[in-house]
Amino acid sequence: MITAEQKPMKELVECVRPFQRILLAGCNECVTVCAAGGRKEVGILASALKLQFQAEGKPIEITEITLERQCDPEYVEELVAQIDKVDAVLSMACGCGVQEVARRYTDKPVFPAVNTKFMGASERQGVWAERCQGCGDCVLGLTGGVCPVARCSKQILNGPCGGSTNGKCEVSSDTDCAWQLIWDRLKALGKLDQYEENIPAKDWRSGRGGGPRKIVREDLAS
Amino acid sequence: MKTDSILEKILASGQLAVTSECGPPRGALPDKVREKAQLLKGYVDAVNVTDNQTAMVRMSSLAACILIKQMGITPLLQMVTRDRNRLAMQSDIIGAYSHGIDTMLCLSGDHPSFGDHPMAANVHDIDSVQFVEMVTTMRDQGKFQGGEKIDGPPKMFVGAAANPFADPFELRVSRLAKKVKAGADFIQTQCIYNIDKFEKWMEGVRERGLHEKVYIMAGITPMKSVGMAKYMKNKVPGMDVPDDVIKRLAGVPKEKQAEEGIKMCVEDIQRLKEVKGVSGFHIMAIEWEQKVPEIMERAGLLPRPQF
Ligand code: SF4
Repeated sequence: MITAEQKPMKELVECVRPFQRILLAGCNECVTVCAAGGRKEVGILASALKLQFQAEGKPIEITEITLERQCDPEYVEELVAQIDKVDAVLSMACGCGVQEVARRYTDKPVFPAVNTKFMGASERQGVWAERCQGCGDCVLGLTGGVCPVARCSKQILNGPCGGSTNGKCEVSSDTDCAWQLIWDRLKALGKLDQYEENIPAKDWRSGRGGGPRKIVREDLAS
Repeated sequence: MKTDSILEKILASGQLAVTSECGPPRGALPDKVREKAQLLKGYVDAVNVTDNQTAMVRMSSLAACILIKQMGITPLLQMVTRDRNRLAMQSDIIGAYSHGIDTMLCLSGDHPSFGDHPMAANVHDIDSVQFVEMVTTMRDQGKFQGGEKIDGPPKMFVGAAANPFADPFELRVSRLAKKVKAGADFIQTQCIYNIDKFEKWMEGVRERGLHEKVYIMAGITPMKSVGMAKYMKNKVPGMDVPDDVIKRLAGVPKEKQAEEGIKMCVEDIQRLKEVKGVSGFHIMAIEWEQKVPEIMERAGLLPRPQF
């Protein structure tokens, strides 16, 4: 999933300050799972903002809504009923959701309430870690199901570098060395011979190197 | 002979080759480069010029290589994948060769988080194995990495690094094999303090006959003090400094520690000379270049062969 973290309260207060009526829009997908911008967080942030401006003697109106999916025009359409009654939208969705709202409601200011972080998985309760960078040409089949593009600090496709220490990355002892994980996994699979196959230089066109990407499915496109 | 590199000539002749290192200054101070290089002139076969070492901005390796070359010293261009994409790397390689620089070392480089620009984007368009392959392809097939023909291919003698002490140890011979497969001509190793472990690694290297496909130069860095030894042990990733080394340095008074460090380094060289498959030494006397002649003399590595 896409992970996100709420922006610092101070930053949110400043971006809301010029407005009187705010639509605070959450999303029921990834940001709900990572507890950054779902219905619950919308409720908490709305109360916090109201309290803050109340204390300043300048109460604001906040309308709360949580869409099924903010990255989907079909659901973003549901804001039609509220949009004219507010001065600005504060979106708690990932960057995709924020942009979809901005695209649909051209004359309404939209602000992000979260920082979108990465595509990751939950390691344990309350901890998410990066797993994928969407390079567009998956190598996981060669690397035992551990991604060196996303999980090696130097994106090394033929690792590990000379800094790998006790299974941890040279950059931080909190981070597993991706290549230690790959080696362990290839070993468990009985595929160590695969390690010596040099992985060629990547064609980054399938990733961000080729500019903004698009998927067009002729079979589905209308 | 694949190249005109002096280093290749010496290594191919079967004599022990010796390289040393010069870190360019953090400013436009060409005389600093010359001063350091002068200390090494005539004592080693080539001088590695580091590339934004420890992820700190320094005079470019290429520029410092040219300064050194003008002094009649053979520079060895170091280049890391951290700061340049494949376009920039290839253009610098052609540029270097156009200035008569024919020996280089392909590295991934320390991560920016270690240096003074931790906010910088790290490039890592290719990795060090792919880097070696790119340079040998430029040389042997006369082709850019993108596949187009090069008009006047750079004939580089291509080195890579190996760290026998990083984890996991069991893959370290295989990792070397990957660099050999990519076409590496020579290897400069991480600084060796744990000779037992190095010998064990070399055993694995010999079992696979890799020492016959690539020249292995043993990395040596003299310890200046027990403080330095402790720092290297605890703070430098992938560095293996056994407790014995620290004990020995701690066992002599502070003012004698530097001399003890030199003595230890000379002893290490003597012992490593006996390890089959070691083709030379890479002496990295960090900000202590003036000691290189003495180390060379005491280790019986002088005079240097002439070609
Ligand atoms: S220690 Fe491992 S994860 Fe970290 S940069 Fe080196 S190879 Fe990549």
